[in-house]
Amino acid sequence: MNLLYFIPLLDFSVIKPDFGLLAWSTLIFLIFWFGIGKLAFKSIIKALNDRASDIQSALDSAKKTREEMANMKAENEKILAEAREEKARIIKEAKEAGNQIIAEAREKSKEDAQRILVNAKNEIENAKKAAMVDIKNQVGVMALDIADKVIRKELSTQQPQQEYVKKLVDEIKFN
Amino acid sequence: MKKNPLLILFIVMFGLAKSFGQHDHNQQAVDQAAPAAEAHSHDHGDHDHTGHDHTGHDHTGHDHTGHDHSHDQPAMGQAAPEHSATAHAAGGHHEEFKADASAFHHISDLNVYTIGPWNLPLPCILYAPGKGLSMFSSGKFGIDNAHHGTGHKAVDGYVLYKGRVLRVADPSFPQGELEISDIVSKEITTEKGEKKDKEFLIYNGQELPLDKSSTADGGLFGGGITSFYDFSVTRNVAAMLLVTAFLAWIFFGMAKRYKQAPGTAPTGMQKLFEPLILFIQDEVAKPFIGAKYEQFMPLLLSLFFFILGLNLFGQIPFFGGANVTGNLAFTAVLAIIVFFVVNFNGNKHYWEHVFWMPGIPAWIKVLITPIEILGVFIKPLTLALRLFANITAGHIVIIIFVSLIFIFGKAGENPGAAWGASPASVILALFISAIELLVAFIQAYVFTLLTASYIGAATEEHHHAEAEHH
Repeated sequence: MNLLYFIPLLDFSVIKPDFGLLAWSTLIFLIFWFGIGKLAFKSIIKALNDRASDIQSALDSAKKTREEMANMKAENEKILAEAREEKARIIKEAKEAGNQIIAEAREKSKEDAQRILVNAKNEIENAKKAAMVDIKNQVGVMALDIADKVIRKELSTQQPQQEYVKKLVDEIKFN
Repeated sequence: MKKNPLLILFIVMFGLAKSFGQHDHNQQAVDQAAPAAEAHSHDHGDHDHTGHDHTGHDHTGHDHTGHDHSHDQPAMGQAAPEHSATAHAAGGHHEEFKADASAFHHISDLNVYTIGPWNLPLPCILYAPGKGLSMFSSGKFGIDNAHHGTGHKAVDGYVLYKGRVLRVADPSFPQGELEISDIVSKEITTEKGEKKDKEFLIYNGQELPLDKSSTADGGLFGGGITSFYDFSVTRNVAAMLLVTAFLAWIFFGMAKRYKQAPGTAPTGMQKLFEPLILFIQDEVAKPFIGAKYEQFMPLLLSLFFFILGLNLFGQIPFFGGANVTGNLAFTAVLAIIVFFVVNFNGNKHYWEHVFWMPGIPAWIKVLITPIEILGVFIKPLTLALRLFANITAGHIVIIIFVSLIFIFGKAGENPGAAWGASPASVILALFISAIELLVAFIQAYVFTLLTASYIGAATEEHHHAEAEHH
């Protein structure tokens, strides 16, 4: 039986598998497969996959770093905002404290002034009292003097004496 | 499918070649009535129109001429009365050029390595049952460079005819080296009434039938078991060894560099081969095989690069032109290896799907099972045939286009027409060559892809709940 009736005379040898070629092809391909395939290709694939995973992890870590950077930036801004707020608060507080101190000082100075005034008044009063005592003493002395003088003069007339005393007393005025 | 326009062109060219040859021959038949005795003369001396153009070397004396001629030549019929057949196409210097025969010669495996006009000898390892093993260089046959690999010596009962070792079937033929006068090819009619070509050795005035080496087609394609086996390092074997050595040098060099300088940018060969390796891994292995892809990567890469390397090697003009991937023996070996890998790795689900497809009615299962079992064998068979047919077709088309020069030039009779046909021939051959480069890649890729898909189907973990719904 020949399937190649259409070319019966020509030697279409490639379709007739020669035993030698079958044997050699098997041998050489198995050598290729177990030699190059299992030794060279395996290590090449391993190296390629290792490198691929290296690159992937490098990319991943870069992404992670970027994310971290972004987070950090946000945090920094937050801190900055907080700091700003704190500053404002501190300034406000300081202002308030200053105002209070001023108010207190004012109050105190007012009180002081009041106290000084009171003291001064008291002192004046005291001085006045002392002066009064002094004056009374003086007046007594003077009265004695006057009386002395009057007596000396009175000895002549009564009327003009009384008038004179009265005039003397009037002269003693309390300012 | 994609070869359709090419095939049509090929058939047209084939027809052209036939009609030209026919015409030429009919004229010759009228001219040559006399030289009957010298009909088979294939004296090695008288070949001045040497075929060292690598494509033209088949316009020699004893070509396989079409059978229809035999009736035109009553004079030649008497030349060999002991055979029912007629010897043909001999005589003058300008024999008919047959592009188809030339093409078939060029794609076949040979026991010599042809580089340009030179026939380099290769080691012959021949085994004949009852005689034993013979090992010698094919240079012992005495090959003249200009003679298409036909030797003028017989060695231990073997002769070299057009680059192939043949054996004298008669066991009483003397051993050792001895000069032979000629080898002729004749059309004979077998007992079954089939016409076929058979080679005869002219020795001591006798015609001794010659056997071709045994082939494994069981007579299906005209071959079969003969008186000897040829385990020689042929042209194809030499090409395989060269390609293997070259690829080993490249890939071991690459592997070494990855070890020596890990984590560095690729250089040189790495740049060229890394994308291909990653392509096979990411586009072929991973999508088709899935999680277990890594264990099959060495096989897939070996298949891809071995086929690709040999496809491209066969495309180099004047460098042997070895047609390894276009030889059914080679593609069958790869397919058988794929067959074993697929079926040894087949899991429970795979065999379940082959023998008793789940999720369909029982009576359909009875129909499907034989088809599935056949499919187990047909899948690798198609792999072998696809690669073989594509590469062989490419080689034949290129050779036919180059042959246009000889067809138009009528093998030297009409140099003007030969010159005229040259530009068209060159342009067409160049065009096909460019396409063949693409085909070299595509076929290597397709073989690898289908292997991956068969492995994937055999190792896939099916989800039956899903399978039953669809």
